[in-house]
Amino acid sequence: MSAASEPVVELRNIVKRFGSVEALSGVTMTVRHGEVLGLLGDNGAGKSTLIKTLAGVHDPDEGEIIVKGEIRKPWTPAAARDAGIETVFQDRALAPQHSIVTNIFMGREITNSLGLLRVQMQIDEANRLMREIGFTSKVFNPESTVGTLSGGERQGVAIARALYNQADVIVLDEPTTALSLTETQKVFRFVEAVKSSGRTVVFIGHNIHHVWDIADRFFVIDRGTEAFEGAKSSFTGADHLIEMMHQLAETGSADTSSLLEPA
Amino acid sequence: MRMNTVNDATNNANSEDHRTEQSQWTLFYRKNGRALNAFLALVLVWVFFAVNNPTLFLNPLYYNAFLFSVPATIFLTTSLVFVIVSGELDLAFPSVVGAAGGVFMYSVVLGVPVIPAFLLTMGFGALIGLGIGLIVVYGRISSLVATLGLNFFILGIVNLLAQGRTISAPEAMNSFGYTLFVGKWHLFDTTLRVPNHFIWSLVWVAFCYVLFKYHRFGNRVQLVGDNTDSAREMGINIERIRVSVFIVSGVAAAITGALLVQMANMVWFPTSGKAYLLIALAALFVGGTPTWGGVGTIFGAFFGAMTVTLIPSGAVGAGFAGYWTDFIFGLVIILTMIAHRFSGARVR
Repeated sequence: MSAASEPVVELRNIVKRFGSVEALSGVTMTVRHGEVLGLLGDNGAGKSTLIKTLAGVHDPDEGEIIVKGEIRKPWTPAAARDAGIETVFQDRALAPQHSIVTNIFMGREITNSLGLLRVQMQIDEANRLMREIGFTSKVFNPESTVGTLSGGERQGVAIARALYNQADVIVLDEPTTALSLTETQKVFRFVEAVKSSGRTVVFIGHNIHHVWDIADRFFVIDRGTEAFEGAKSSFTGADHLIEMMHQLAETGSADTSSLLEPA
Repeated sequence: MRMNTVNDATNNANSEDHRTEQSQWTLFYRKNGRALNAFLALVLVWVFFAVNNPTLFLNPLYYNAFLFSVPATIFLTTSLVFVIVSGELDLAFPSVVGAAGGVFMYSVVLGVPVIPAFLLTMGFGALIGLGIGLIVVYGRISSLVATLGLNFFILGIVNLLAQGRTISAPEAMNSFGYTLFVGKWHLFDTTLRVPNHFIWSLVWVAFCYVLFKYHRFGNRVQLVGDNTDSAREMGINIERIRVSVFIVSGVAAAITGALLVQMANMVWFPTSGKAYLLIALAALFVGGTPTWGGVGTIFGAFFGAMTVTLIPSGAVGAGFAGYWTDFIFGLVIILTMIAHRFSGARVR
């Protein structure tokens, strides 16, 4: 077994209820080291509950969360972060009137013992993080205002910020929603850079084509449980995946016998 | 194969970037435009008055009254930058000025020396600011409404306790503390007499500048005001920041209150802060801090305080009859507001 297939995060039999509604009814999902895992599912399938569980926003009612072989309890946003899981939510949590560097260090400023900002150190670190994901341009630098950046670039700021915490797993919640093709390509480039730096990415998307382009493996959730999963090589193409998603939407289950043996 | 497609598309994306690199000057103006505009407004107002009466405005003696009265507005305006930038509003500071003056006065009357009495008053300001902050943040009341009510309430309590009297302690004017806070000295051999409280106001501006721009606290005040939800998601304690800005405002109001007592030759008027409500807010906005929160400028507020202090006496000095003052005041406010639009509308 190669290092690339070792599990970094395992969710086992996760159940999450909101009052009488069971949003997740026993989901088991494994995120493997160094992969880009594409998470798919219809609206209301439980995708966003699953992401918030991964991020520590929800502590599951039943089931276990295992990170690097250790069961983690209690499970909070701080615990998830300590475990090396950084989530970039859809709203990206940016302050548009402030610089890229201020946004990267939001809530985690580098200061001296008096609480004074180490300005140059932050700029150098921001430059390093931006270079690491190939997020550089002549038209902006770490001191540029985030509000002047495009949608894909703002996603880049959020991803660079996630990297600052030495995260092993970066969870991107619909990072390409409402982005143009050009901007989507920018985000893909950031994801490729994060992957080639040896980190793991969980990529959530609505647009199956976007997820298909970027992911190595797919996990499809439906009505709070796993519908099917498979490596990219077990599908004949994006159309195969889409066909199975359609089947799932219409009949409530997908015919997994059509999946190819993984190469 | 797929990697190549992605890279090709991205390279195309980069070459199609039509935005141009910005010059150093553009970037400098983007970051400091509001403070520069506020400075420009001050200079223009001064030039406008000076050309009407050059002999008066070039005589150092004229600025004695200006240097004496401007510090109160400087203390209040610069501290309000924190409040407005965090997304809150404080209308209660005039009552804190009056109440703090009373605390200072009673301490001196009871035999506390001036310097400890001053520090005690600052502590009182911090405490009352904390109280106001807790009511606004944990009472979940809009700060506009809460501080409007608290302003009347605190002033009311002070009036009840003072029963309309003013209190004086002229003997304290011989103390070292009094000289330290409000003593005056000639600048070189000129007729210009610099009051110490003007120097203290410069120290306060420097302190606020560092706190606002280079300290984690000021940084977080700006982030909370820019996007509260983002700041919370990134682990910033929103409530603590929002309460703290009222403490900054309370301390500044207390300093102002204690200084006003000393400036009035150790006489306390319970309503001494009332006149500063609209003056300080006007100075803040002339100074270039926008109403919507997230960004602001301490130096701009400093220039704004100088501008609004210069206008009433300057207009008269320039030969305008007293009834012109409000008109000129309004004109300056509106024109600077328009000028601030040019240094950047809000980005989202």
